[in-house]
Amino acid sequence: MSYFSMSKLAFKWVFSKPATTSYPFLPRIEMEGTRGWLVFNDDNCVYCNVCAKKCPTGALQVIRAEKTLTIDRLSCITCGCCVEICPKNSFEFSSGHGTPQTAKGRETYQKKEDNP
Amino acid sequence: MSRTVIPFGPQHPVLPEPIHLDLVVEDEKVIEARPSIGFIHRGLEKLVEKKDYVEFVYVAERVCGICSFIHGQTYCQAIETLMDVKVPPRALYLRTVWGELSRIHSHLLWLGLMADSMGFESLFMHSWRVREKILNIIEATTGGRVIFGSCKIGGVRRDIEADAITGILKQIDEIEKDMRDITKVFMNDHSVKARLCGVGLLTKQEAYDFGCVGPMLRASGVSQDMRRLGYAAFSDISVEPVVRTEGDCYARCAVRCEELFQSVRIIRTALDEIPGGEIAVKVTGNPSGETLARTEQPRGEVVYHIKANATKNLQRFRVRTPTFANLPAMLKVLPGCDLADVPVIVLTIDPCISCTER
Repeated sequence: MSYFSMSKLAFKWVFSKPATTSYPFLPRIEMEGTRGWLVFNDDNCVYCNVCAKKCPTGALQVIRAEKTLTIDRLSCITCGCCVEICPKNSFEFSSGHGTPQTAKGRETYQKKEDNP
Repeated sequence: MSRTVIPFGPQHPVLPEPIHLDLVVEDEKVIEARPSIGFIHRGLEKLVEKKDYVEFVYVAERVCGICSFIHGQTYCQAIETLMDVKVPPRALYLRTVWGELSRIHSHLLWLGLMADSMGFESLFMHSWRVREKILNIIEATTGGRVIFGSCKIGGVRRDIEADAITGILKQIDEIEKDMRDITKVFMNDHSVKARLCGVGLLTKQEAYDFGCVGPMLRASGVSQDMRRLGYAAFSDISVEPVVRTEGDCYARCAVRCEELFQSVRIIRTALDEIPGGEIAVKVTGNPSGETLARTEQPRGEVVYHIKANATKNLQRFRVRTPTFANLPAMLKVLPGCDLADVPVIVLTIDPCISCTER
């Protein structure tokens, strides 16, 4: 039974730097391979709809005729199924985090027309 | 003597989970506790009718945030039994490593909450500081801090490379040193012992009769641990259940503290002996039949009953979570205690109400 068992730990931490990162004054430690934020790159996308079929929450919607891909950010659980299944590797995860949203909305990516 | 009814929960500063208890007290002594649950019932068992069995892994993982990986693992194990899928050995070892990391993070979370329920805020913060290091390892290997998303039917989705394994083992050594400092305070400090010793006594026969599981049962002297069933890599790695005989809150705290170090040993063994090979097999077709899968979650034994009829949606998905099995024992132990001991006793079963209610 000890009355001062916490003192060693407390004393050590009085003279140490805090364990928390002083974000935003210091940069955030970013983990490689984290499933932070889904990024869509429409360079090679052929609008095959495989990602939308595989998405477990239905957050992706592809309209082939109009060449649009819509991501419902609030439904996306960043599971990575679309990243794995896309035959053209159009999806990837970045280590950022989502921006605040003030309304339930969807982001639609429209294929840019090639210059004639 | 007049009786007062004090409502405790679902929102309360020391209550970690949204359970509601109507405490009938007579001058600070609790006479009776009437529970109400149902605040976070989400109807996940009914969701099997909408989501197919492959997508349902993601739902099963989200039954609970703290014991999330082992929920996903148990679901995958049940479906793999039904479909007779042979999971590659490397995947089994990886699941074991992540399962034990999940156990360490859950126990550290619990230790922090137990300290907080006693008012020992600095120890709470230290426990969660160490837990952050575990969460960093988990994020580096699976991509998510709490919801791993790494288990799938037929194996796992991500691999851990050899240099990552060396890094993890080094970090585990430092984390073990930190955990020793913290558990020394939990086991030896006078004020912690004064709050925990003799509180919430449960005899061996009572613990068995009430159907307790996990550390609640092991702290009362019953040696039972589902990891001895031999699922995942536990057919190669032997586990001795950590047992204490006192049956009070201090014994349960001691069991969980010792299980932290047991998990560290298991992780080291699994990472040293991990075999090479692929991490998943392709699974096609639909499951049919009925099965039970049992694993050891940080809180105790979880039972998954799955019934399938060869369609892509399962017919029945029933989960018996460990907190559900431990709740009757909590209600037995509450009458007779002081009002200030109520948070300690509620926390001693390690409640996870989102598991209980799904």
